[in-house]
Amino acid sequence: MGKDIIKPSMAVRIGGMEMRNPVMTASGTFGYGEEFVDFMPLEALGAFIVKGTTLAPREGNPYPRMAETPSGMLNAVGLQNKGVDYFIGHIYGRIKGYDSNLVVNISGSQPEDYAEVARRLATLDGVKAVEVNISCPNVKQGGMAFGTTTAGAEAVTRAVRDVWPRTLIVKLSPNVTDVTEIARAAEGAGADAVSLINTLMGMAVDVERRRPCLSTVTGGLSGPAVRPVAVRMVWQTAKAVKIPVVGLGGIASGRDAIEFMLAGARAIEVGTANFINPAVCADIVEWMRCWCERHGVGDINEIVGEI
Amino acid sequence: MKTASDFFLSSNIELTPRFSLLTFQGVVPEDVRPGQFVQVKVDDSSTTFLRRPISINSADSATGTLRLLIRRAGDGTNRLCDLRPGAKVNMILPLGNGFSVPDAPSTRALLVGGGVGVAPMMMLGRAMVGKGVKPTFLLAARSESELLLLDEFKTLGDVLVATDDGSCGERCFAHMHSALAQPGSWDRIYCCGPAPMMKGVASAARAIGADCEVSLENMMACGLGACLCCVEKTVRGNVCVCTEGPVFNINELTWE
Repeated sequence: MGKDIIKPSMAVRIGGMEMRNPVMTASGTFGYGEEFVDFMPLEALGAFIVKGTTLAPREGNPYPRMAETPSGMLNAVGLQNKGVDYFIGHIYGRIKGYDSNLVVNISGSQPEDYAEVARRLATLDGVKAVEVNISCPNVKQGGMAFGTTTAGAEAVTRAVRDVWPRTLIVKLSPNVTDVTEIARAAEGAGADAVSLINTLMGMAVDVERRRPCLSTVTGGLSGPAVRPVAVRMVWQTAKAVKIPVVGLGGIASGRDAIEFMLAGARAIEVGTANFINPAVCADIVEWMRCWCERHGVGDINEIVGEI
Repeated sequence: MKTASDFFLSSNIELTPRFSLLTFQGVVPEDVRPGQFVQVKVDDSSTTFLRRPISINSADSATGTLRLLIRRAGDGTNRLCDLRPGAKVNMILPLGNGFSVPDAPSTRALLVGGGVGVAPMMMLGRAMVGKGVKPTFLLAARSESELLLLDEFKTLGDVLVATDDGSCGERCFAHMHSALAQPGSWDRIYCCGPAPMMKGVASAARAIGADCEVSLENMMACGLGACLCCVEKTVRGNVCVCTEGPVFNINELTWE
């Protein structure tokens, strides 16, 4: 007889949303999920968060919107999407059947817009949670503006909370002096969880053309380059709030995911890494399971915030 | 169905100091169409991060052979061009929509390729020959020494040439070639190359009354329609070049 193999429990819970494992996909990096089904069953995911959705359709920013940088990339997509009604009428029906938690990321330029998007989504039982984006650096109005003051974070969170009955996650910006006070403001206004970090404001210049690489000059930096910043902010935030923290920022492997959980994340999101390996999330789940076995961890929740 | 799978480099021919022809063995899907592309993972590079979109030069599912013509454009493509036979390379394929191959053997088709833009024209020309269409190629390069795969193109159809320095064919850019001057000479024109050349070919095609498709090479991150980085402004608004393209009929674009 060999040593008993513990089959670790990977399930976690964010608000009322039960997930079979802590791995989610980050909004804006996973389309509507269906773009990835050739590579990975979405059932492998704890949840999938789809592209940022606004009340009215948005064309986004002009090309070029992307620049590759060391261990990462800048983007300035600017929330291109066809609006919440198009999502409800044309996209939801295609993706509601996947056996995973569907989460919609929502954005707006005033609290009433966020609330109206959430109110319309609330009619869809298959949307298990909304992630409220108060941290997009690539739109002129709203977006990150709400995520850089406690009053803004509170106003948007409260507006959505009033109309959204299920799990409410507020996505925070790292482009602030003290992320913990924003997190506490969201918590106080009724958020079930906070997720962080959205992209870091950055900039790159094409020195041959002597022009900015992005049409918008500045953009949001993502990828492994931002990971240590994200781990630090997750660690600080987890110590400051009682609600679960969802960690993201440069996660590209199971090792990275465990790092975030030890630092205080109850669940994690994988973003830019989906572009390089479209099956990376399934690999991450498997690696985390093996890590738990190797470390004799029977329940992944045991390690959350160990540090 | 798209796959991400490993290919093995079987040969790497340096055609010129700037261009290499890489042949890979692996599982090549049967439904690869001319004008589609692959997303190539670049390993062990400290300066590159994303995959590199490369158009398919030829693909044969029966023998599992995939050929890519690559221009050294930066650290990522340099690393690919420097690979030795036996190297393992992960690719996602097939991606994008591809050219529309004419059915009528009587179609007068001109396939215009500039620089590394000749790459997809080989597979397109071969598909046309398979349908009984005799393609004419207009190949453009800086000089004679950079005309790529000329002999192979000649096995598929007539070849016209434009060089910047006049060392071979007409001394002009592709879109100024005399083949694009006569109204009514072509039913369909296909084009891949630098943006100014494609815009020139598009306006020449309009002027002489030919239908025209161009293959765009906007910078991409995912190649799967997820990141929305590679968008082109079209009559339908911003669309992803990786999924709605890379091939567009010029009537869909908002050029000029």
